[in-house]
Amino acid sequence: MAKSKGSIIVDREKCKGCEICVLACPTGVISLAREVNSKGYHFSYMENPDACTGCTNCAIVCPDGVITVYRKKVST
Amino acid sequence: MADRTGINDIVKDENLVYKKTSVLTDRVMHYCPGCGHGTAHRLIAEVIEEMGIQADTIGITPVGCSVLMYNYLDIDMQEAAHGRAPAVATAIKRLMPDKFVFTYQGDGDLAAIGTAETIHACNRGENIAIFFINNGIYGMTGGQMAPTTLSGMKSSTSPYGRDVQMMGNPLKMTELVAQLPGTWYVTRQAVHTPASVRKAKKAIRQAFENQKLKKGLSLVEIVSNCNSGWKMSPVEANKWMVENMFPFYPPGDIKLEGRLTGKE
Repeated sequence: MAKSKGSIIVDREKCKGCEICVLACPTGVISLAREVNSKGYHFSYMENPDACTGCTNCAIVCPDGVITVYRKKVST
Repeated sequence: MADRTGINDIVKDENLVYKKTSVLTDRVMHYCPGCGHGTAHRLIAEVIEEMGIQADTIGITPVGCSVLMYNYLDIDMQEAAHGRAPAVATAIKRLMPDKFVFTYQGDGDLAAIGTAETIHACNRGENIAIFFINNGIYGMTGGQMAPTTLSGMKSSTSPYGRDVQMMGNPLKMTELVAQLPGTWYVTRQAVHTPASVRKAKKAIRQAFENQKLKKGLSLVEIVSNCNSGWKMSPVEANKWMVENMFPFYPPGDIKLEGRLTGKE
């Protein structure tokens, strides 16, 4: 069965750490980093990258548009 | 094996599925973390890009948090005096009827000081789109009570909650203008979850498409959060919005193609 694998790139300096993408992710990929960016926000990152399906839910709810999504079909 | 596909194999230009639209500038927005304004700006920018009308769109910015919207959208924009955006949009649309004209207003701008301009622009049936962001508070000036503040809702000028006996009832501006014959499309949306964002984008697209029909005004209300004004975290604010704002301001279409849907 064809399956999708995805990956996100977060613009760390523009992320404000609002956590809305963390809740929007259906597979629990995203969480907030312990480190902060230059403005002091805990930016989001892929904690569990293997589970990402590239559904774009995180990117379309991001108020600051900092998430870029890539998706590739892979066969299992 | 699927699990051996590394991130470097996925992050390639041919696999790109979502990227911030180029109609939005690269400037960092000044909004608080989690504010719905950013999402609403992005949806408008995406619709403009999809329709290919970047050179033919004129936006009118309000007074309020979104007063600096002209810094974030790479289109022609005009600043209006507080509440007067529908009047400015009327003039621009009448002088340049082929352009797509929209106003972007908060509840303090549209439902308080701009009530007269809004109602008369809707009643005249100007062929413009109004995007109305309703968070029930004056966000920029420090969270004061707005006409849309819910009954019992705390704000900096109603610290014990809004008392309707003394302060009046909350105003449902969207239902009000839906009664007017000049409106063609009136809807209420939200931008707090992926599903609601997709629906809101369709509504915004519809509002732009309706300008080609020249049948009347389109108003899209977006119920949004104000986590700084409500003194909550962004996630708590969205939850509070679903529990408290949605019973009074239910999302859904109120007027489609000039006919009331019965939800008003």
